[in-house]
Parts: sequence; C-alpha cells; structure tokens
Amino acid sequence: MSDENKNEVLKGGEFLIKESDPQSVFTMDDLTEEQRMMADTAREFVEKEIIPNVDDIDKQKEGLTVSLLEKAGEIGLLGTFIPEEYGGLGENFDTNTILSMEMGNAHSFGVSFAAHTGIGTLPILYYGTEEQKQKYLPALASGEMKSAYCLTEPTSGSDALSAKTTAVLSEDGTHYILNGQKMWITNGGFADILITFAQVDGDKFTCFIIPTDSEGFTKGEEENKMGIKGSSTRALFLDNVKVPKENVLGEIGKGHYVAFNILNVGRFKLGAMVTGGAKKYISIAVQYANERKQFGKTIASFGAIKYKLAEMAVRVFVSEAAMLRTSGLINQMSEELMADGAQFSDSLIKSAEEYAIESSMMKVFGSEMLDYVADEVVQVHGGYGYSEEYPAARAYRDSRINRLFEGTNEINRLLVVDMLIKRSMKGRLDLLGPAMAIQKELLSIPEFGDEPEGLLAKEMKAVRNAKKAALMIAGSAVQKFMQKLAEEQEVIMNITDMLIEIFTSESAILRTLKYAAAKGDEAAEMYAKMTSVYVSDSLERINLYGKHAIAAFAEGDDMKLLLLGMKRFTKLDPVNTTKLRREVADKMIEENKYCF
Amino acid sequence: MKIAVCVSHVPDTATKVNIGPDGKTLDPNGVAFVLNPYDEYAIEEALKTKELLGESEVVVISLGPDVNKETIRKALAMGADGGVLLKDENYRDSYAVAKALAAEIETQGAQLVFFGKQSVDYDNGIVGQLTAEMLGFNCATVAVDFKLDGDKITVEREIEGGKEVVETSIPAVITAQKGLNEPRYASLKGIMAAKRKTIEEKEAAAAENYTEVLGMKKPPEKAAGKIVGEDASAVPELIRLLKEEAKVI
Ligand SMILES: Cc1cc2nc3c(=O)[nH]c(=O)nc-3n(C[C@H](O)[C@H](O)[C@H](O)COP(=O)(O)OP(=O)(O)OC[C@H]3O[C@@H](n4cnc5c(N)ncnc54)[C@H](O)[C@@H]3O)c2cc1C
Repeated sequence: MSDENKNEVLKGGEFLIKESDPQSVFTMDDLTEEQRMMADTAREFVEKEIIPNVDDIDKQKEGLTVSLLEKAGEIGLLGTFIPEEYGGLGENFDTNTILSMEMGNAHSFGVSFAAHTGIGTLPILYYGTEEQKQKYLPALASGEMKSAYCLTEPTSGSDALSAKTTAVLSEDGTHYILNGQKMWITNGGFADILITFAQVDGDKFTCFIIPTDSEGFTKGEEENKMGIKGSSTRALFLDNVKVPKENVLGEIGKGHYVAFNILNVGRFKLGAMVTGGAKKYISIAVQYANERKQFGKTIASFGAIKYKLAEMAVRVFVSEAAMLRTSGLINQMSEELMADGAQFSDSLIKSAEEYAIESSMMKVFGSEMLDYVADEVVQVHGGYGYSEEYPAARAYRDSRINRLFEGTNEINRLLVVDMLIKRSMKGRLDLLGPAMAIQKELLSIPEFGDEPEGLLAKEMKAVRNAKKAALMIAGSAVQKFMQKLAEEQEVIMNITDMLIEIFTSESAILRTLKYAAAKGDEAAEMYAKMTSVYVSDSLERINLYGKHAIAAFAEGDDMKLLLLGMKRFTKLDPVNTTKLRREVADKMIEENKYCF
Repeated sequence: MKIAVCVSHVPDTATKVNIGPDGKTLDPNGVAFVLNPYDEYAIEEALKTKELLGESEVVVISLGPDVNKETIRKALAMGADGGVLLKDENYRDSYAVAKALAAEIETQGAQLVFFGKQSVDYDNGIVGQLTAEMLGFNCATVAVDFKLDGDKITVEREIEGGKEVVETSIPAVITAQKGLNEPRYASLKGIMAAKRKTIEEKEAAAAENYTEVLGMKKPPEKAAGKIVGEDASAVPELIRLLKEEAKVI
C-alpha cells in the first residue's frame, strides 16, 4: 500500500482495505493533563461514593441512586457532552470516552448513569429544537432532572421499529394522545422525563419527550433481575397520556433516525465502560492471587492462574487499543466537521454514524471480553468468588447484561456485515476492487518474500493477510447468496467474528508500535508480548471461522481453492504463548495490579 | 485576607516505591504522584474559610521540580485562586523547605497559612511548625476542627487518646489532620477553570540543609511463619519460642 494512503483519515469500515499509521491512533498514552485530571475526579467519585455504597445501591435503598446522580451532576459528570451554553462542559468525544471508562466499575450505578447521560440525554442534544434544548439540557446536566429512554416494548425488542405504542393528534391539534406499554426501562422508577417512541397514525415512527408527571402515566414494579440489581428497571404504561405538540423530538415519522443514531453512540460508550471496568477487575484478581496461599505458595505462582491473569490482561489491552482507536477516529472526524462549520451535535451524529461498524464491533468484543474477565476473576477467587463477601460475584452478575442491551450481540454482529455491504453497494466503501484482486491473487503462485523484520512486523504481515482472508470469504459469500445472504446468519456471524479479530489485532499492533516509537522498543516490551499472544491466537480463530463459513457454502473445487486461500492467508509461525503469558502475568504479580 | 496553602507532590500511597540508585532518595520512575492527602484537608479548609470571609484570596505554594505544577493545578481545580511554584530540583530537608516557604509567604503577605500535618513521602511532619517559627506566626497542629471569628482562632487538636481545644489568633499556621473536613472534588468545571489560572514560577529561596540523609532501607521482608504443633501439647514449646526467640512475652 502506498504512503499516500497512510496519512488520510481512515473512514468507517476502511480498516479492512487500508493500512493505518501507528501515529494516527489515539491511545491511553496520549491523554492531556486535563483529561487525566478529569478521569481522576471520576475515579475518585466512584471510589468514594459508589464502591462503599454498592450493597445499598443494589438493595435499591430509597433515594440513594437519585442522590448519587445529583452528586455526579454537581461535580460536572453528567454534562460532559452538553455544550457550555446549555450548562454542560462541551467536552470532546475522547474526553467522554475516558470518563465512560472510569464508570465501568460502578456496577448498577454505572448503568443508571449511562442511561441518563447517554440514551436519556443525547436525543435532546442531537435532535432537540432550541426551546427543547434550553428547557431540558441544563437540568439534565445538573442532575435536577433524570431521564429514561423508552424504545423496547413487550412485543418489540430487537425488532425495535415494530413498536405498537400509538400517538394520535388531538382534535384541536395542540397535543398527541399516547397509548401503549414500554418494557425494561432503565431509570423507569425515578425518571422525570421519558424519551419515548410511538407510531403516529399507526405507521409514522416518532420520538416524544414525555414528562412523568403527565396524567395517565403509571409504572410497573421493579423487575427482579439477575444482576445490576440496583439499577431501576420497570415496565411503563401510557394510558391516554397527553403530550404537547412541542414535545415531538425530531420530525414526525423520523423516529428511527433518533433511535439508531443514539444507539451508535450508546454502543461505543458501552465498549468504553466495559473496558474500563475490566481493568479494575483484573487488579482485584491479581491482588487476591498474590494473597491467597495454597500448598504453601501464593496461587499467583501457579501456571494455571498465571494463564488466567495474562489472558485477561491481553484481552483488555486489545479492547482498549481498538476502542480508543475508534474513539480517536470519531473525535477527529467530529472536530474536522466542526472546523468546517458544522454544529456540535450534527458533527457528533455524523461521526458516530461513520464509525457505526467499529462501534458495533467494540460493543460485541468489549461485552464478551468483560464476561470472560468477570468469569475468570471468580475462578481465581475459588469458592470465595462465589461469596457476596468478595467483589468477584457482583462483577460476574453485573457483566452479563452488556451482551443484551444496546442491541444484542447477535443483532450487532448482523449489523456489521449489513452495514459493510450497504456501504459497498452505495459506493461509500470500495470492497469490490480489493475482493476481486484477492480472487486473482488466489489463482496466482504465492510469493515467498523475505520474512519482515522489526517489532511486530510478522504480526502486521499476518493481519494484512487476514484481511485478505476475510475479504475472500465475504466476497464469495456475497457471490454465492446475493440478496439472500441475510438469511445465512451463521455465515454472517463468521464474517463479523473475523472482522472483529482483524480490527482488534491491528489496533493492538498499532498501539504498541506507537508506544515503541515514543518510548523505545524496550519500554514497549510488555505491550509487544501481549500483542503477540493475541495475534497468534487470533489467527487460529480467524482460520476456524473461515473454515466454518467455507464449509457452509462451498463445494468441490471452489471449496478446495477457498481452503487453500484460508491456509495461505492465516499463516503465522507458532509463538511460545505460554512463556509470553507467564511474563505478562509476572509483571502484574510484581506490580500487584493491571499495569498496562 | 490572603490565605496560603502549602502543598506537596508525593507518591501515591497505593504505588510501590523503590529507593533510587543513590540509596538516599526515592526513585520517581514508574511512581504515580498525587497531591499529598493531608494537604487536601488544608486546601478544603482554606477554601471554606474564604467562602466564609468573602473578600479573600487563596494562594497555593509548592516547592519542588516542574512536575509539582500538576499538584498545584489540582488545588486550583478545587478552587484556589492562584499558585506559586518554588522551583528546586534538589533534595531539601524540612528546615530548608520551611525557609523557602516562609520567604514566599512573607512576600505574599498571607496571614493565615494551612499545611497538611505531614507529607506522606518523607513523613517528618514538621514543616508547618518550622515555617510558623520562622515567620513568628502562631501555630496549631493536627487540627480536626477550625473556627475563625474575627482574629480569633479556635482549633480542636487530636492528641493521644483524646482532643485538645486551643485558642490563638491571626497570623497563624494551621496543620490539617484527617477529619478536619471532607475535601471537595476537583469538579470538571473547576478543572477547566484551572487552565486559565496562573502558576507563578520562581526560584526557591536558598537555604542550607541541617540534616543529611545517609541512606534509606526498605523494611525487612516478613519472615515466614512457623507452625509449632497441632494441639495442646505444642503450647509449652510455643511459649518458649515467644519468650526466647521472638522475645515478645
Ligand atoms: C436490564 C435491562 C435494561 C434495559 N434498559 C432498556 C432501556 O432503558 N430502554 C429500552 O428501550 N430498552 C431497554 N432494555 C431492553 C433491551 O434493549 C432488550 O431487551 C434487547 O434489545 C433485546 O430485546 P428482547 O429482550 O425483546 O429480546 P429478543 O429480541 O426477543 O431477542 C431474543 C434472542 O433472539 C435474538 N434475536 C432477535 N432477533 C434476531 C434476529 N433478527 N436474528 C438473529 N437473532 C435474533 C436476540 O439476539 C436474542 O438472543 C433493557 C433490557 C434489560 C434486560
């Protein structure tokens, strides 16, 4: 790939067909002093106000979550996205990412917080009229008003647009009359306003702001949940609720824009929170492993435990690299749009949409990474991990929800491929050219060039090849199924999983190379070890997903050729991952925490 | 009135600290530094006093290398009005630190000065008192409660097994103990505002060290425990060991 390509900003989905310059990625080592100070404040807030109160929060002690939200508002944590003229701080996307990460170990409170500041506030920021913004945003930023987002209904979950709640304009034309039921509404027990979706005249999907002191509004009991027990989750009922016409948010019949664009940001933020949370949980596991003794030794000295500690660290490190890379891309694009004269909110909508593919991948990867981590944190604790006296059990219970909300991981996996193909068909993304080139390459004799030298150079080459593997599979699947690909969900899942492996692997390499360029190869040693472990395993997984897909749709010579391609494009010399993992674990054991 | 708060930049108590290659100073590599925890109470008390008095100003003073500006900035983010960095890269003992701080407090014309009761790096716990002495100010240490009424100061001090209430007057140095107040957060707005506040940089007034650090040592590793026996028959042996080996009874 030519050097010219390297400096332009990577567009959404382009990671598959382009290379990135390590200098272009945003990493944890690039925070400004101000960002670090803000993160410190958020961390202090969680450590002082949330962690000591987790039991009471989970028991839903009367008024506790509400008062904590208000306290967060006082410190400024609720208004980081809201521009200064509406009582917020107008911080950029990256700063918001860093702050979301710090909320990752706030358990139930983190969910209440995210629902209020994200899906509960952003629709007004993005789509509100000037009057709506003036009326609601300052109160949402200060915490005086709390918000909830009501999309889901008993019969419409993943199929969100099939909502049955109705809205009918009153005879005098001054207000809408809403009827219906919403389900699983976070903050439903105490919200002052509801961002609610309903069908106007039966089929115009539209968003409304409903004050909860409206007549005809009632709430169900708190749901009895598996985890995040302290977050309020309720069914809500709308029985002839009159909503003034001024409370329509966005345009009539354009509710899906609101819903989808908010989800783009919501998914990314979830990826940021789970990554931040997982880092803290690993430290808990390391500390326990350093203290607990069996057979006369600390359990941290056992290889089986080291493996767990290291593998958790590897996945978190990679998740952070890919998530921050995505944040940086969104941030850069929104700042460029603003420099070109776009409004703050428009710039955010556009940039979040541009990287919707990456955001969905981060949601899926992050939530599954956290589940892995939470599970192994319990395992490291042995029986004590099963006791409520230790933090592991709560981490485990509370992790599980992340694979369900903000679009289930299945829905997000489907979306990744769907968006890629749509962009390719619209000419937004040129996948066809590169896919054809690979078909040609497949029929040619492989080049046996010299093995590349330098830090992670082999891994980089492997990832470059893996992109070819993914394009090969995706291209063949499209050729085979044409319009009917959507019905072959298993193949789509295989393709998405390959893409996630590629994006995360490449991000880890870029993060490490950037660090090495700044601090030297020696300083980047641990980063390189973790990356090497990850890429090595990742290629095996890519190979497996590819084979599953091939077997599902190819036969005869086609199959042989594709399998040969898979073999060629997922080649990487074996690495002693056992040794590397031990070294990664030993470093954490020495530092007594997750230290990367 | 001008109120001064003297703050130090210390290793986070949660990080592992190593001794530097010279064997006499702490190795700053890989150590996270923070605002000295006791100084947070000092800042909070200064800010509360300012809020009570109205017309007054809080200035934060820190002595040390350039990185101390991070700690000054944290104090500014909490609400202090201005900061002064007294630049010095070299090690100073408590006396030499106090000398430079006293000179700056005099320049500033501050009448009320808050310190943390001790700095959690070298833990001498005397800089506040020394500074008061050099300035000829009154001094009340280890304060857990502070009241100002005109010029009159009432301080509750923590002493072994109880509390002591002392009365004094301005000008005074107060050193803060945990419990004096609940330090406020550096709010996000405060952090942004801190960017616009100035930190004045000056050379720290020269002063001689009266003490010299000869060396630093880490506490010895805890020795492994010893199991003397499993049942009552082991008790005499246990008592013998506690008497003769551990020498604790
Ligand atoms: C604690 C909690 C808090 C929540 N908070 C909110 C909130 O604040 N606001 C709000 O609006 N909603 C909220 N939700 C709802 C949440 O977003 C939905 O539960 C989620 O979207 C899934 O919908 P569902 O539960 O109806 O599952 P379903 O849609 O019935 O899905 C069941 C299973 O089928 C799979 N599936 C569904 N469709 C497809 C498909 N086309 N192809 C393949 N697989 C498919 C799903 O992935 C899933 O595995 C919350 C849910 C919970 C549990």
